[in-house]
Order: sequence, then structure tokens, then C-alpha cells
Amino acid sequence: MMGRRFWSWLAVFGSFLYFFLPLLGMFMFSLRMKRGELSFEAYRVVLTDPQFQTTFLYSMVLALITIVFGTLISVPTAYWVRLKLPKLRPVIEFITLLPLVIPPIVIVFGYIRLYNTSSVLPLTGSWLGTNLLVLFGYTILSLPYMYRAVDTGLRAIDVGTLTEAAQSLGAGWVTILARVILPNVLVSVLSGAFLTFAIVIGEYVFAALLNLNTFGPYMFWMGGNRAYEPSALAVIAFAITWACMGLIQLVSRFSKFSQVKR
Amino acid sequence: MAFLELEHLEKSFGATRVVKDFQLSVEKGEFVSFLGPSGCGKTTVLRMVAGFETPTSGAIRIDGQEVTGLRPNQRNIGMVFQAYALFPNLTVAQNVGFGLRIKGQSRNDIDRRVTEMLTLIGLPELGDRYPFQLSGGQQQRVALARALAPRPRVLLLDEPLSALDAKIRVSLRDEIRSIQRELGITTIFVTHDQEEALSISDRIVVMHQGVADQVGTPFEIYNRPTTRFVAQFVGTLNLLDATVLNAATGQVSVGGTPVALNRALPGGGTSLSLALRPEVVSLGRHEGRNLILSGRIAEVHFLGSVIRVKVDVAGNMISLDTFNRPDLPPPAVGSAAEISVSERDLLVLAE
Repeated sequence: MMGRRFWSWLAVFGSFLYFFLPLLGMFMFSLRMKRGELSFEAYRVVLTDPQFQTTFLYSMVLALITIVFGTLISVPTAYWVRLKLPKLRPVIEFITLLPLVIPPIVIVFGYIRLYNTSSVLPLTGSWLGTNLLVLFGYTILSLPYMYRAVDTGLRAIDVGTLTEAAQSLGAGWVTILARVILPNVLVSVLSGAFLTFAIVIGEYVFAALLNLNTFGPYMFWMGGNRAYEPSALAVIAFAITWACMGLIQLVSRFSKFSQVKR
Repeated sequence: MAFLELEHLEKSFGATRVVKDFQLSVEKGEFVSFLGPSGCGKTTVLRMVAGFETPTSGAIRIDGQEVTGLRPNQRNIGMVFQAYALFPNLTVAQNVGFGLRIKGQSRNDIDRRVTEMLTLIGLPELGDRYPFQLSGGQQQRVALARALAPRPRVLLLDEPLSALDAKIRVSLRDEIRSIQRELGITTIFVTHDQEEALSISDRIVVMHQGVADQVGTPFEIYNRPTTRFVAQFVGTLNLLDATVLNAATGQVSVGGTPVALNRALPGGGTSLSLALRPEVVSLGRHEGRNLILSGRIAEVHFLGSVIRVKVDVAGNMISLDTFNRPDLPPPAVGSAAEISVSERDLLVLAE
């Protein structure tokens, strides 16, 4: 008994070291920009870099639009499949999982082949077109997380009866989705949204191949050209991701009406 | 012309005909129950009235307007579900006001109507609660208020009491009936519980295998069932095997005792089943009940105020109720007994 407990703790301790030592090392390194003292100089440089600000803002806006896109696609689809096409569920689930199996590089190569300037739909030829392309790409990347989250959320409510109740009270499809379904799966949508946010903020392949100055390529460029700043940037990126995770927890704990079956 | 008319309604799912040639006229303000076992098609008819199912053929008219082709949200019908179906993200007041908001009424009008409805259901102080903070009975009352708030033309209740425990079921049943009377709203109530249907309705439609077997007042349904199914499904029933002696004059014999029914008998068979309710049978001889049958006490169940006795009469088990009397102990099992019945209380049932 004692022996087993010892080994479990050793495993926990081992994995702790495995995960946190590199982080700690990176963090310590990022504090040593000024010779002979520990300072947040690298962070100051990164945060005041106008490049950082523009690329980060750009990625953030892309992430937010992706979330809206993803929600508009996932919620009605998952709802409709649950309500009217339950037999199609395995098929739809398979489709939403495809982005995990197909590497982003393949998708973006396909995009460039299909929508290049000499194609019927030359999306890559304009600023708007390129941004649309990258948004579609990001929506696809986030689909597995978004759709699954929403689908799980829908499982907790009686979709069919709530729909009929709303219909008998005079509600049309848009009203039902906006006032009944969406508010009840909002926690799930948000957890999907935070994951999407984390994915889009750090995404490199799409942005680099479509030649967009988002946060991903900026981090990559930093890594190749500076010494201390990339570490600071990595720590910042970690902090953002963890903040997102924390927010998921917070939101799901504090939503007023969700104490029902949780 | 009746307020709600269902004409030749038919519904098939694939090859199975769930509802067959269903006809019903409901007057304004009437309370009609659909009673039947599960799978008899009663909920399907209700859902066709609500618009959730499209009839394979037939027509539905409300107040002279043909609604068969209208979507559920265009019919102005209130519906209460077995599973309450309150919107979990909205408070009680918001739930009740939902239909009014959809109609685009002003905030003041909505607030006034919500207060009115919450008072009607006796929960005026619970407007700020969320559904999960309410008991089942409270949730179902809120669901009723929500259905009634937009002043629907017809109220549909789909087994609204089935998920509640026995005591609440009875009190809420009475409350639903009194609210319905107060508002004078035309109501259809679906249930598989015969006591519920008998106690609450103006008229009952007993359904069996997609067909309306009998339509009538609770009194008619219980006392003059026209089919064997209705007789057996509503209330307790004793069956007596009889041999036909003369079909035209209604002469039969029960276990050797001749019985004059004084009415023509259906069908040309030599034997038939007579039915009788427990309460028309008495233990021993009674004035006005001149058909006397002898048998043996088979079972005695003491239920408190009532004693249920089963008597074996020539192989037929006849169940009857007597009131408890403190000075008279219940009959002993195995002892000989006579039971008396009036001939006019014997029902002859069509198959």
C-alpha cells in the first residue's frame, strides 16, 4: 500500500517536473534581458512593440469573427440534426472531426489551388478575399471543438419539447434559436469559443501561407531574430491560453440557471 | 357550427395507420378528454390539432377557420406538456410572458398579464424564480399560465399530470378544471387515467387502436359503454358468460339460471358475455335486484371504508364492493353466498 502510494506520488512529481521545468526555465530566461539582474525588460519590449500590438489585435479580431461564424454554423446545425435528422448524427459528427485528421497545411494548399488569382473565384487576389479565406479556414479548424461542445450542451435540454412549446407560443425558427436554444447552450458555446480563441491566436500555417501578419507569424519571426523576447512572448501566450481555460471554468460555474443537472 | 371540428382525420406513419377516420366536434368552452391506453393515437390527434403532426388526410377547423395547413406558431393554440417544458434560461415571469413578447406587446401589457396569470395559478410571488427552483406541481402550473397568457383559442393538455405525485395530481386536476371554467376556454385533455378523465371532463372520447370507440359524457361512458373495450378500460367490470336461449326476446341463461334481458341481442351466436359494474351487485338479497345468483366467496379485501369481495358464480369471478360496517365482520372465504343484480344493469357489449 505504502509502496504504491510512493510510486504514484513519484509519477505525479515526475510529470510535474516534465511540464513545468521547461516553462520555469523559459520564464527565468525571459527575465534576464538586462545583464546581472532579473527584470521584466523583455516583456516591456514585447508589449510596447507596435508589431506585437497590431498582430495581436489582428489575431484577436479574427478569433472573435471565427467564434461568431462557428456559432452561427454549429448551433443551428447541431440543433437541426438533433431535432429532425437524428439518423445523420454519426455522419455530421464524422465530418466535424475531419479537421483533426486533415492537416491545416493540406487545407490551405487546397484553398490556394482553388481560389488563386487565375481561378474562377480569385479570393487570394484581394485583402477581403484573403481574410475571408483565413476565416473559413479557422472556422473549420475550430469546428471539432465548437460542434462537440454545442452538441453536448443540447443533450442536457429537451430540444424537441422546448421547440414545440415555443412554437405553440407563436415563435418561428429564428426566435426559437435565438431565445430558447442559444441561451440554453451558451455555456457550451463559450467553452467552444475559448478553445477557438486559443487556437486562432497561436495559428501559424494558414496565416503564413496566405501571407497575413497575424500573431503566429510574428511569434515565429521573433523566435528567429531575438534572444529574450520570444521567451517573454511564449509566456504571454501561455498566460492567455490559461486565462481562457480559467474563463471557461468561471463561466460554467456562474451561469445562473445551469445548476439544474450539473 | 361547433368551435373546434376534426373531420375524417387520418394519420399513418409508414404502413401503420395510427389514427383512423377520427371525427369530433367540440363546442366553445367545452372540456373534452381523450382517454385510452398508450399507443391508441390520442396524443397523435392532439399533436395534429397543435400542428406538430400533419394529418395524412382530413381537416381541422377552429372557429370556422381551416387550420390544417397552418404551422404550429400560426394557430394560436396553448399547449401544456407532460414534461413541463419550461424554458430553463428564463424566470417564471419571463416564461409566462414569452408568448406575449413574441406577439410584440408592450412591456406594461406583458407585466400586467403575467401578474394576472400568476395570480390565477396561485403563485403570484414566484415570478423571479427559475424553473429549477420550483416543484413539479409549481412548474406545471407555470406551464399552464404560460400557455394561457396569449389568450389562445384552444388549450391542449398532453398528459399534464402524469409526471406528478398522486396528491398533487388530484389537486392540480381540480385547479385546471376551475381555471378552465373561469376562462371558458375550449380544452382538450389527453390522459390514460380513467379517473382523471371521468372527474374533469364535459365529454370523453375513448380511443382504441386509432379509433374513437365512444364519445359521451362521463356518466354515459361509465354507465352505458357501447363496446367491450370501453367497458373494460373505464372502471372495473365483471363478465358473466351466458347462453342465449332466445335472441329476439333477450332470454339467456347464466349458470342454469334463466335471465330475461327484455331487449333484442346482437349477433347470431349461442353464447355471449354480460357485463356488470361492481356497484350494481349486492351481497345477499335486495329489493329491486331480483336476479339472484348463488356462488362461493373466493376473496375478501378489506380496504378500510370499502370491502371488496370476489364471488365465484359458476366459474365467473364477480367482484363487488360493500361498505364497511363495524358491527358486521366481512364474509368468510369459502362460504356460500348469494348475489343479487337487477336485469336492467346487465350490459350487453358489442365486440
